[in-house]
Amino acid sequence: MNNILRMLAQRISLGVLTLFIVSIIIFLAVSMLPGDAAQAILGQAATPDTIEILRKQLGLDLPAHTRYLTWLSSIVQGDFGTSIGNGREISEVIGVRFFNTIFLAAFAACISVPLALVLGILAALYRNSYYDRTVNALTLTSISTPEFFVAYILILYVSVKTGWFPSLANVHADTGFFERLEKTFLPAVTLTLVSVAYMMRMTRAAIINLLSSSYIEMASLKGMKRLRIITHHALPNAWAPIINVIVLNLAYLIVGVVVVEVVFVYPGLGQLLVDAVQRRDMPVVQACCLIFAATYVSLNLIADILSILTNPRLLHPK
Amino acid sequence: MNSDHNELLLEVKGLSVEGFSEDKWHQIVNGVDFCLNRGEILGLIGESGAGKSTIGIAAMGFAKPGCRINGGSIQFDGLELTTATAEEKRRLRGARIAYVAQSAAASFNPAHKLIDQFSETVIQHGLGSRDQAYADAKELYSKIRMPNPDTIGFRYPHQVSGGQLQRAMTAMALACRPDLIIFDEPTTALDVTTQIEVLSTIKDIVEQFNTAAIYITHDLAVVAQMADKIKVLRYGESVEESETRSMLSDPQKDYTKSLWAVRSFRKTEQNVDASSLPLLKVQNVTAIYPGTSKEVLTDIEFEIRPNETVAVVGESGSGKSTLARVITGLLPPRQGQILFEDQSLPSDYRSRSPGQLQKIQMIYQMADTAINPHHKIRDIVGRPLTFYLGLEGQAKQKRLRKLMEMIEMDPDQYLDRLPGELSGGQKQRICIARALAADPSFIICDEVTSALDQLVAEGILRLLDRLQQEFNLAYMFITHDLATVNAIADRVVVMLQGKIVDQGPKNEVFQPPYHEYTELLLSSVPEMDPDWMDRVIAERLAKGGLKSADN
Repeated sequence: MNNILRMLAQRISLGVLTLFIVSIIIFLAVSMLPGDAAQAILGQAATPDTIEILRKQLGLDLPAHTRYLTWLSSIVQGDFGTSIGNGREISEVIGVRFFNTIFLAAFAACISVPLALVLGILAALYRNSYYDRTVNALTLTSISTPEFFVAYILILYVSVKTGWFPSLANVHADTGFFERLEKTFLPAVTLTLVSVAYMMRMTRAAIINLLSSSYIEMASLKGMKRLRIITHHALPNAWAPIINVIVLNLAYLIVGVVVVEVVFVYPGLGQLLVDAVQRRDMPVVQACCLIFAATYVSLNLIADILSILTNPRLLHPK
Repeated sequence: MNSDHNELLLEVKGLSVEGFSEDKWHQIVNGVDFCLNRGEILGLIGESGAGKSTIGIAAMGFAKPGCRINGGSIQFDGLELTTATAEEKRRLRGARIAYVAQSAAASFNPAHKLIDQFSETVIQHGLGSRDQAYADAKELYSKIRMPNPDTIGFRYPHQVSGGQLQRAMTAMALACRPDLIIFDEPTTALDVTTQIEVLSTIKDIVEQFNTAAIYITHDLAVVAQMADKIKVLRYGESVEESETRSMLSDPQKDYTKSLWAVRSFRKTEQNVDASSLPLLKVQNVTAIYPGTSKEVLTDIEFEIRPNETVAVVGESGSGKSTLARVITGLLPPRQGQILFEDQSLPSDYRSRSPGQLQKIQMIYQMADTAINPHHKIRDIVGRPLTFYLGLEGQAKQKRLRKLMEMIEMDPDQYLDRLPGELSGGQKQRICIARALAADPSFIICDEVTSALDQLVAEGILRLLDRLQQEFNLAYMFITHDLATVNAIADRVVVMLQGKIVDQGPKNEVFQPPYHEYTELLLSSVPEMDPDWMDRVIAERLAKGGLKSADN
């Protein structure tokens, strides 16, 4: 058990270190962008004098490392600063948006993960059959189609022509749970279609990879049924690669949804980021990027930990 | 053993199996017949590629992926397995015909406890509840003398030793009290002292439950202990079959006789000058692996003289291969030093000079993994010629041809091939050529014949012997196989748990008075006498219990 704890501690500290480095990169990248918030706010009214004064007010005249340290120390205390665009607390704005993004991601994951596992297991079970080939072809088609295209096709057929589901996912803080499900259904299906393929193919590959091992042959020589061989003998040993690809896709569902959010006008983090970049609202941009990075790092951390926990050799040392 | 041997259980006639490779179907087994009565044990013997395992699992109506049964009939207790439905065969497997695989470590699922893998067969075939199966497992574990039979089943496969796993697998095969068990080389991966334990367990259990068995092995002495009758196979065809005793005393076919004769090889006696300066001196070496605290080698001290073969013997985990790593500088020792030609060698190979590296070469057990599959033989053997001797162009090509001739392989035919196109024995010869190319005076051979068939292994031993005489080489020969030691060693070093327990000239070490552990090792090596095992077990019981390094 000590070994596992040590390994966990190692992974977590590595994760924290990664985040720290990422925060520096984000800060540098943002400050390298041409123009700054002072110019953006003043717009047409900008004169060298007014810009100078506003910069001082915003603290933009301080040297970069001072600004970075101030920014970092307030983030560590949970204070993301205020938005330059509308003067609101960033944590407040982001909180709502982040919840929306997570809601959509979770919705999509609830459909795509079980679907991918079942499709993958069946494809491994009936390897090289027509079922297998069909599923492979369909999932390949769905990954190679751009997500905005999938989204518009869905809007056209499932919303505009039939009117089954709303094409706009305009939810508010007081939208009820079921209404929320209905409104986010199309974006969730879009995300499912583009992410299920990777997970399904990895599940299939991981299981097939194990099917040639001696203990699988042993299981069939013990007279076990095929389904049991796959679910009971292959799957428990295939978790590590499957978990990794699932988690990577979850990260994609949270981080990579910008396009889908824009298409469905969904008030998530991705859209906030796009708007903030347009308005040169740097504190918001930085905060969004940092949240995305943190999501990525912590999901990968979870994948690592789960892979360790599903390995009997590590879990039950000699 | 002779009760009820008259009821026919399995009858195989004209069995043919083919396998698909390189876009063609190849015949693997061709028209093999045999039959088996209840409670009878048939030994299948032959070299690798003889089709032993294929025939063994075909008796369950099973063919490995990429293979299919394409002829003959397999009648098991009235059911024709070649035409039976998949479901009929599935019901049979595990319940009435069970299988014990060569590598228990690979054949147990790492994700489940031993006892759950035992009960699975019972539960899934609907022959009992989980509790009944658990109780039965514990009883069988105690019957086959597993330590802590009540609790050992609740461990995972990686938590018990190899010998225990192999016994647990035998117990698992018995879970449904099958009529027939296929044993596919069940002791090949085990040390001799463990092997005798497992063999006697298998024999006891098969007699006790009057189970019929097919015992597959390449080891004649083992099959002599186990089988009522023996069938010799070659290239997927039957060579001959007869009762064990008559097969041993009076084999009919030349091929069988050649198999029987393999163990007769003895190396040429070397004139080792006992007063000559040692070539290599290992001085009180103690080693641990980085990041661990357990000593894998403790106070190792021995010498090797020029032109001498020193065999380092011991069971797995005794530190033999670690010793080779220390000498070659792959694992710097914690204490002690290595002297080569009276010069202290730097403990890390990275600090050794090319001259020092050149003089000590190594040949590994798995020729497959020791050579790069994407390089041609010319490059594999040519590399040390350039690296150590600076040979290029004509001189290098000439030397390459010479080396190929030394290892008895035709340079025109083989120099431009890839390792994948060679047989196991040929690959090992290439490894020898690569070691020789550096022009060494000392070669470490780490289990170089363990992965090879006996006839091929004998060829390698003869080659090494000839090269030793031609080039005055000294060998350190690491092995767990005492027959090989007997064939090739001048002196013997016996290791146990990282320590040297016995060393000296072969004739002294292998003759009474023995060291206690050496005696245990020697007495565990199966002999061709079919009564050997019963005798040894009886002797050991009389002496106060079975000793095994395993328990």
